[in-house]
Amino acid sequence: MATNETRKFPGTYLFDSKMAKKGYGLNKMCYSFNEQAARDEFNADPEAYCDKFNLTEAQKQGIRDKNIITLLQEGGSIYYLAKFAGLLKINMQDIGAQQTGMSVDEFKAMLERNGRGEV
Amino acid sequence: MAKIIGGITTSHIPAIANAMAQGLEETPYWKPFFDGYPPVRDWLNEKKPDVIILFYNDHGLEFFIDKKPTFAIGVADEYHNADEGWGIPTIPPVTGESDLSWHIANSLVEDGFDMTICQEMKVDHGLTVPLNLMWPGHNYGHVKVIPVCINCEQHPMPQPKRTFALGQAIGRAVESFDDDLNVVVFGTGGMSHQLDGERAGIINRKFDLECLDKLVTDPQDLTKYSNFDLVEIAGAQGVELNMLIAMRGTLLGNVKELHRNYHAPISNTGSGLMLLENNAPT
Repeated sequence: MATNETRKFPGTYLFDSKMAKKGYGLNKMCYSFNEQAARDEFNADPEAYCDKFNLTEAQKQGIRDKNIITLLQEGGSIYYLAKFAGLLKINMQDIGAQQTGMSVDEFKAMLERNGRGEV
Repeated sequence: MAKIIGGITTSHIPAIANAMAQGLEETPYWKPFFDGYPPVRDWLNEKKPDVIILFYNDHGLEFFIDKKPTFAIGVADEYHNADEGWGIPTIPPVTGESDLSWHIANSLVEDGFDMTICQEMKVDHGLTVPLNLMWPGHNYGHVKVIPVCINCEQHPMPQPKRTFALGQAIGRAVESFDDDLNVVVFGTGGMSHQLDGERAGIINRKFDLECLDKLVTDPQDLTKYSNFDLVEIAGAQGVELNMLIAMRGTLLGNVKELHRNYHAPISNTGSGLMLLENNAPT
């Protein structure tokens, strides 16, 4: 049955039970960024705000480095990390470029090629 | 008797809201996407449905992972959008339809679908973007909306065969409602895309087009996929295909395709717009 399936997809960080537990505080912090007051509080003192949600040192380093791959590995869900990206004023193509090691233009060009079916 | 007169698949990505807010519909990037919509808007304006049942997924506005419903249904008279953290404009309230909503909720639980039933629920871009696409300028206040939210964010997620069955159960529930209401069902999201990881940027045009074909003629065939199959074939967020499958499940009569526009990429996704007529003449 699929529920306990252990299939792996290289380059993909499935948000499953293990990640949901590992990343709970990190995702809870990012969920709070729905509120402007929370975004302001984070921007005023990011370290203190991370501590408020009991982020681990590895998670805090990911936040300091704005490194999406690290944050995914530490249990972040892409949907909540997207709110962190929103706070940083970067979009999904910026995130895609960062994760794939491409420039934003290269990443957009890849999307165009994939969109045309040139896989 | 209430009846479902048609179904629509559409993308719901936040970038669409930004494009509409900034008036970018006619720019080269967006035009091939927006050009698909006028025939669907015309059909909606002609048919004037009373109710829209809208399948979407909540991306972390109403539901956090402290409590994550697998299936949730709204039963309110009004729904509100709110700040999602990245600056898409918040839009006017959405009108609900509590009587039919409760009827569906009652029927579903009786039918073995143990829904989370919501009298208050903030609705995110997954629901608001499609409404504004169909009635631009936020002119959707006249139509009553029933939100049905499917978990597509945290595994385990309901499998395609289950979401298809949910759609079928909703179709039966609507048909057993006494009031004369015309209902259209939206399946929103996807299609192929992956946002996370080194594999980000996947779009599978061939698979998306196959899915659109299957949604018309042989939706049952799509239920052979597990969510992990979809991750592999269509990317980690390709599981949003579940909303399209659920929509198709509600169409219990003879189905005819009236319009289609596939375009990719839009932001990081393949976008499949399709209008299906239910109970079409054979």
